[in-house]
Amino acid sequence: MALILNLIVQGAQMALVLLLAPLLTGVVRLMKARLMGRRGPSPLQPYRDLLRLTRKEAVLAENASWLFRTAPYLVFAMIWVAASLIPTFATGLIFSWSADLIAIVALLGSARFFLALAGMDIGTSFGGIGSSREMMIASLAEPAMLMIVFTVSLVAGSTQLSTVAAFMQGPDVGLRVSLALALIGLVIVAIAENARIPVDNPATHLELTMVHEAMVLEYSGRHLAMIEAASALKLLLYVSLIACLFAPFGMATAAAGPVAYAAGALAYGGKLLGGGLLLALFETSIAKMRVFRVPEFLGVALMLGLLGLVLLFVTRSL
Amino acid sequence: MTRGLAFDVSHLLAGGMVLASFMLLYQDRVFSLLRVFALHALVLALSVAWQANVQAAPHLYLTAVIALAFKAIVIPVALHRIVVRLGIHRQLETVVGVGPTIMFGMGLVALSIAVILPVLPDADPLAREDLAFALSVVLLGLLMMISRRNAVSQVIGFMSLENGLVLAATGAKGMPLVVEISVAFSILIAFIVIGIFLFRIRERFDTVDVGAMDSFRGERR
Amino acid sequence: MLIVAALAILCLILLGLCGPLHGRLGHATSIAYAGAAGATAVLLLMGLAALIGAAGAAPVTASLSVGLPWLGAHFRIDALSAYFMVVVNLGGLAASIYGIGYGEHERQPGRVLAFFPAFLAGMNMVLLADDAFAFLLSWEFMSLSSWLLVVANHRQPDNLHAGYVYLVMASMGTFALLLGFGLLAGPEGGYAFETIRAAAPGSGRAAIVLALALLGAGSKAGIVPLHAWLPLAHPAAPSHVSALMSGVMTKVAVYGFVRIAFDLLGPPDWWWGLVVLVLGGITAVMGVLYALMQHDLKRLLAYHTVENIGIIYIGLGLALAFQAQGHAGVAALGLAAGLLHVLNHSLFKSLLFFGSGAVLVATGERDMERLGGLIHRMPATALYFLVGCAAISALPPLNGFVSEWMTFQAILLSPQLPDWTLRFAVPAVGAILALSAALAATCFVKAFGIVFLGRPRSLEAAAAREADRWQLGSMGALAALCVVVGVVPGLFVDLLGPVTQLLVGDRLGPQLGLPWLTLVPVAEARSSYNGLLLLLFIAFSTVAPALLIHRYATRATRRGALWDCGTPTSDPAAQYSAGSFAQPIRRVFGAMVFHAREHVDMPQPGETRAARFHVDLRDLAWDFFYDPVARGVSAVAGRMNHLQFLTIRRYLTLVFGALVLLLMVLAVWH
Repeated sequence: MALILNLIVQGAQMALVLLLAPLLTGVVRLMKARLMGRRGPSPLQPYRDLLRLTRKEAVLAENASWLFRTAPYLVFAMIWVAASLIPTFATGLIFSWSADLIAIVALLGSARFFLALAGMDIGTSFGGIGSSREMMIASLAEPAMLMIVFTVSLVAGSTQLSTVAAFMQGPDVGLRVSLALALIGLVIVAIAENARIPVDNPATHLELTMVHEAMVLEYSGRHLAMIEAASALKLLLYVSLIACLFAPFGMATAAAGPVAYAAGALAYGGKLLGGGLLLALFETSIAKMRVFRVPEFLGVALMLGLLGLVLLFVTRSL
Repeated sequence: MTRGLAFDVSHLLAGGMVLASFMLLYQDRVFSLLRVFALHALVLALSVAWQANVQAAPHLYLTAVIALAFKAIVIPVALHRIVVRLGIHRQLETVVGVGPTIMFGMGLVALSIAVILPVLPDADPLAREDLAFALSVVLLGLLMMISRRNAVSQVIGFMSLENGLVLAATGAKGMPLVVEISVAFSILIAFIVIGIFLFRIRERFDTVDVGAMDSFRGERR
Repeated sequence: MLIVAALAILCLILLGLCGPLHGRLGHATSIAYAGAAGATAVLLLMGLAALIGAAGAAPVTASLSVGLPWLGAHFRIDALSAYFMVVVNLGGLAASIYGIGYGEHERQPGRVLAFFPAFLAGMNMVLLADDAFAFLLSWEFMSLSSWLLVVANHRQPDNLHAGYVYLVMASMGTFALLLGFGLLAGPEGGYAFETIRAAAPGSGRAAIVLALALLGAGSKAGIVPLHAWLPLAHPAAPSHVSALMSGVMTKVAVYGFVRIAFDLLGPPDWWWGLVVLVLGGITAVMGVLYALMQHDLKRLLAYHTVENIGIIYIGLGLALAFQAQGHAGVAALGLAAGLLHVLNHSLFKSLLFFGSGAVLVATGERDMERLGGLIHRMPATALYFLVGCAAISALPPLNGFVSEWMTFQAILLSPQLPDWTLRFAVPAVGAILALSAALAATCFVKAFGIVFLGRPRSLEAAAAREADRWQLGSMGALAALCVVVGVVPGLFVDLLGPVTQLLVGDRLGPQLGLPWLTLVPVAEARSSYNGLLLLLFIAFSTVAPALLIHRYATRATRRGALWDCGTPTSDPAAQYSAGSFAQPIRRVFGAMVFHAREHVDMPQPGETRAARFHVDLRDLAWDFFYDPVARGVSAVAGRMNHLQFLTIRRYLTLVFGALVLLLMVLAVWH
C-alpha cells in the first residue's frame, strides 16, 4: 500500500512538472511583454501552440535520417526524467535516489548531445552553426554547473538532491560565502542553458545571433512540439533546482500526507511565479551580448563555482 | 556546528568584496567599471558598518560613512565626469584577456588563503578568514593595475586595493580612528594627484593609454 | 591454470606463421584471426575465473628455468593481472573477430598476420610476468610487435615517420623501466617481484622509481607531454590494430604503472598522489582539446585516448593520495573508478576504432572533411558508432558516465585530506575533469555529426557500403557491452573488489545485493546511481509520448526539400565542416593552448584565384619538450663526432680512463 502511494506521489511529480512547464514559459513571456509595454499573449498560449503543433503534419527534409526523427522524443524524455528527479513540492520521493545531482547534469548533457546531432543531420549551415555554438556554450556551462553541484554537495555532505534539500531546510546551513558564489554561478548557467538573453534570444530568428533556434530550424509539427516542450521543461527544471537548493522552504518531507503535499505544491507554485518574474525583469533590463563574449560570461560562472569549491576545501565554515 | 549570524554576515560581506573585485576584472567598459567600483565601495561600507555593529565600536560607523560618501559616490561621479570631459576612450584595453586574468585572480585568492590560514591557526576564525579575503582584494587590485592599459582602470585598481586595506583594518579589532581617517585622506589626495595626472597625460599625449608613455620613453612593451 | 595460459600464448605466437604462409595457405587470414579469437577467448575465461576465484585464494604462481640463470622466469596470476587479462583479452577477442572481416580488405595481409597474434601474446605475457626480467622482455616484445604493425603499410611516408617516433619513444620508455627495476632490485639483484615486495625501498629511492615508472609506463600510455608518438602511431596501423593499441595496449601500460606504484613500491608518500593527479588533469584536458582540433577521424580518436588516460590517472592519483593518508576505503573508490574506466575505455575506444575502420574500408577516407551522410549508407555501423560516441562522452545511462561519476565521488570526499597543496589541487583537477568531459561531448558531436550525418561531401562517401557481418558483429557486441556496464555497473564494481583489496587493502561494499541493482559507493544518503532505472525511465518517457502523439494526434509525415531558413543550397560543400564546427572552441582555447594563428588570404577584386583560409596549430609538447631535446641530442652528437677520428692510442686512453674511473667509483661506493 505504501509502495502504491509512493508511486502515485512520484507520478504526480512527473505530471506536475509536465503540466506546469508551458505555463511558466507563458508567464515569463507575458511578464516580459508587460514590462516592455505590450499587452502580450495569454499565459496559456504555449499550451495552445503545443497542441496545434502536435496535430500538424510533420515535414521532413528528404535526407533526414532516423536520428532526426527520434531525437526530439529522446531529448524530451531525458529532460523530463531530469526534471522529475528534482524535488518540487516534496523531498524523498520513491525514485529520487536513482540519480543524483551529477547524474541530472549529465542527463541534460545527453539531451543536448542528441539535439546538437539532430541539428547537423540535414546538413545545412544553420544547423551546423547552432550545434557548434550550443556545444561551445555547453562545454563551459556544464563544468560550471558541476562545480556548483560540488559546492552544494560539499556543504550538505551528499550529492543526493533529496538529502541536500532536507539539509538546506535545516538550521545548519547559515549564510555561506561559498553558497552565495554558487547561487550567482547557477543563475548564470541557467540563463545560458535556457538560451535566454543575454546569451541567446529565445524569440529571435535573426541568423547571426541565434544559437538554440538555429539547431531546430528544420523541425516542424510534432517534432517541433516535443522540442518546444523540452525547452519549457528545461526552464522549469532550472527554476525548480534554484528553488530547491536556495529557497527550500515549504517543501513536504517524505510520506508527509496530502495536506503537507498540497501546501508544498502551493509554495512551489509561488516560487515558480517569483522565479519567472525575476527572469522577465532581468531579461528586459539587459542587452544581448556578442557570441564571443559568452565564453567570458560563462568562464566567470566556472570561476565562481571553483572559488566556492576551493573555499570549502580549505575551511568548512565558509 | 553552531554558527552565529554575526559570523555569517561578515563573511558574506567580505566574500562580496572579493566577488566585486572579480567583477571589476571582468568589465570591459569604463562606465560599467565605475559602477562596479561604486558597488565595491558600497559593500565595503556595509561590511564596515556591520563590524561597527558587531564590535560595538561606534567610530567604525564614521569609517563606513566616509567609505560610502567618498568612494561609493564622490569618486565614481568625479571620475565619470573626468572621462566624459576628456573624451577618454571608453573601452578598456587589456594586456591579457579577461579569461586568463580571472584565472590568475583565482590563483591569487588561493594563494592568500594558503598564506593566511595556516599561519594563524589559533586566531579568531572570523578575523582570520576576513584577513584572507582582504588580502585577496588587495592582490586583485594590484592585478587590475597591471593587467589593464587604461589609466582610469589603474586608478580604480588602486582604489579597490585600498578598499581591501580598510577591510583588513576593520576586521582586526581596535584600530584607532585616526589611522583610518589619515588613510582615507591620503587616498583622497592620491586620487586628486592621479586625476591631475590624467589631465596632464591627456594634454601631452592625447590618450590615457599608459602604453603611450612607455613608447614616449622609448620603452618597448 | 598457468599451463593453459602458456599454451594459449604459445598458440598465438605460432599463429604468426600464417603470415609467411599467406598465399600458399587458402584461408590464412580467417585461420589466423579465428585462432587468435579462440586463444584470447580462452585467456579471457581464465582471467574471469581467476578474478572471481581471487577473493580468498592465493595467487597462482609458476616459475620456469629459462631466462637469467640465477633467476629463472616467474609467472603469476593475482587479482590485478586477472582483471587486466579480462580487459586485454576482451579487446583482443573483439579485434580478432573484427579482423576476420577487416583482414580481407588488407593490401598486404602477410605483414599484419604475422605480428597480430604475437602482439596479443606480448600483452598477455606482460600481465603474467612476475619478475623484472620477464616483465621487461615481454614489454619489449609487445612494443616491437606493435611497432611492426605500425609500419605494416610502410609505403605511406607519414607511417614511416610515425614508426620512427614510436620506436624512439618506446625504447626510451623501456630504458626508464629498466632503470626503475634496477633501482627496485637493489645491489643484490633481487629481480623477482616477490623479493622486491618484501624489501620496500626507502623514500628517496622510491621517488626516483616512481618518476621512472611515470616516464616508462606513462610514455606508453600517453600522458602529456609524453604523448607525442601516440597520435602518430595509433592511426598509422590497420584499424583493428589501432583499436588494440589505443584500447588495450595503453591499458597494459596502466597496468605497469599500477603494478609498480601500488604493489612493488610499498606505502606511498603524500606527494605521489599530487604528481599523478596533476599529470592526469593536464593530460585529460590537453588530450581532448587536441582531439577537437583534428580532422582525421583516426587521429581524433587517438588524441582522445590521451584524454581518457588522463581520467584514469586522476582516479589512480586520488587513490594514491588517500592511501598515503590511511583512508583505505576512499582509496578503494578512487582506484575502482580508475580501473573501471580502464575497462570502459577499452570497450568504447575499440568500438570507435572499429567504426572508423569500417568507414575507411567503405570510403577509403579518414579525412572527415570528405565524409558525411554515412548514416544512410551504413545504418548499423552508424548506430554502433553512436553508442560509442555517447559512451565516451560520459552520457548516462552508458558506461563512460559510471566511471566518471565514481571519480567525482572520490573527489567530493577529498576535503578529508589534511595536506594543503592537495586541497587546492583536487578541486582544480575536478574542474578540469568536468571541463574535459564536456569538451569530449563536443568532440564526439563533431565526429559523429560530420562523418555520419549531413550530406556526403565526396563521391566516395556517397557510394559507401555497409561493413560485413564480422565487423558488424564485433562492433555490436562491444556496443551491447557498453550498455550493460552502464546499466549494471554493480556487477563490474564487485569484480574489482579483490583488486582493490589487494592493492589498497579495502574494497567497496558489495553492490549486487542492493535493491534495483543500484550503485552505492559509500553510503546511500551520500550518493547513489541507478543506470537500470534511468534507462527504464528514459525508455518509458520516450515511447509513451511518441505512442500517444501517433495514436491521438497525427502521424502524418511529408518529405520535402530542406528549408535552411529559406536559402537552401544544393552543394554539400556549403554544410558546416569539421573545421568550422571546432572554430568556437578554437577561439576560446586556441590562442592559449595551441598558439593558433589564422591566416586569411583574400584575393583582391578581379583576381581569379580562390580565397584561402589556413589555421596554424602548434603542439606545445613538441615546441617546448621534444624540439629542445632533439636539438640538444643533435648538438651533443655533433660535438662527439670527432671521437670517430682518433688514433688507436687515444682510443686506448679513453678505455683506460673509463676503467680507472669505474674502479674509483667502486672504491668510493664501499
